[in-house]
Amino acid sequence: MKRWPSLSLFTVALFAIWLLLNDSLAPGQVLLGLVMTITVSLATAAMLRSRARPHHLLVAIRLFFVVFIDSVRSNIAVARIILGPAKGHFNSGFMKIPIDMRDSYGLTVLACILTAIPGTVWAGLSADGELLTIHVLDLHDEEAWIQTIKYRYERPLMEIFE
Amino acid sequence: MNSLLPWAVSFALIAFSLAMICAGIRLLRGPSAEDRVLALDTLYVNSMLTVLTLGILFGSRLYFDIALLIALFGFVGSAAMAKFLLRGEVIES
Amino acid sequence: MIPVDLPLWADVLASLLLVSGGLLTLIGSLGLFRLPDLFARIHAPTLGNTLGLACVLLASILIASMQAHRLVFQELLIWLLVVVTSPLTAMLIIRAGIYRDRKSARRKGMDRPDEAVDH
Repeated sequence: MKRWPSLSLFTVALFAIWLLLNDSLAPGQVLLGLVMTITVSLATAAMLRSRARPHHLLVAIRLFFVVFIDSVRSNIAVARIILGPAKGHFNSGFMKIPIDMRDSYGLTVLACILTAIPGTVWAGLSADGELLTIHVLDLHDEEAWIQTIKYRYERPLMEIFE
Repeated sequence: MNSLLPWAVSFALIAFSLAMICAGIRLLRGPSAEDRVLALDTLYVNSMLTVLTLGILFGSRLYFDIALLIALFGFVGSAAMAKFLLRGEVIES
Repeated sequence: MIPVDLPLWADVLASLLLVSGGLLTLIGSLGLFRLPDLFARIHAPTLGNTLGLACVLLASILIASMQAHRLVFQELLIWLLVVVTSPLTAMLIIRAGIYRDRKSARRKGMDRPDEAVDH
């Protein structure tokens, strides 16, 4: 029985996805969804190595809007680079960022954020989890990128997941 | 019909077609295999957007299900191909 | 064809969203066509993957909700799916690129390129 409380988040998410797929709140669908999601989450509980324990909902909502605004802004920046003159006005390259976060769910969300922002792509994490390699399309100021990623994204994620 | 929407839908459909042509050229030309996988990835996203726009045009919810399936299988396909390039190296590079 | 009479604001808003979604996706694919090397090209389609997709999905939500006279937001599922899966594809492609670059450089007998990524 000790699994029950920590199962709940996964189960709730699955249940929400089930209802959304069926696009209904009919009692039959609710019952079927409950049975299915609880079965599935019990069956997969053994496969999860660690459990996500997110807290600070407000920080998460704030992070979502920060990421949304940054995404729009860098969409415009990348579009400008693509439509610009043919060559020689941007230099792309790899850069390494020291990372303090260890929680795997937090790192997963960080990967999603970096991909959702055009111009940066996650390229790999060193085996000891201390250096993150990313590829940046417009690499002018490495220090600024490190500051942005560490303070705008990593710090709130650490607050949420650790 | 006194409405902007049909024009916007036509514009979006033309834009998606041109985008698919760009991705198709990259698919045919792309010097390395990774370029081709990337082009296929772009192609499936563009076709998913096209299907969603057709759903708006015809006012039917069926197109949503098709788009969802394209998103699912497209991801599986390009992840499998990229993984093959990373691990396999069966094909001579 | 589009069956219901939409109010003016919904009509204009959905049209704007569709046009900007189409433009963003087109620019993204144009970048795939124009940019010089693989690592630069990998950034281009993310335009269509993020904001372009969001625009088209919002337009679809708006029209469907207007037709059904209630909130239909199934499109969130597609957004969720793409947001969760696209990092994986991008990461696999970029690592395949690094791996094969290094391999072909070694085969040509050049100096070992610096280890860009530890796996």
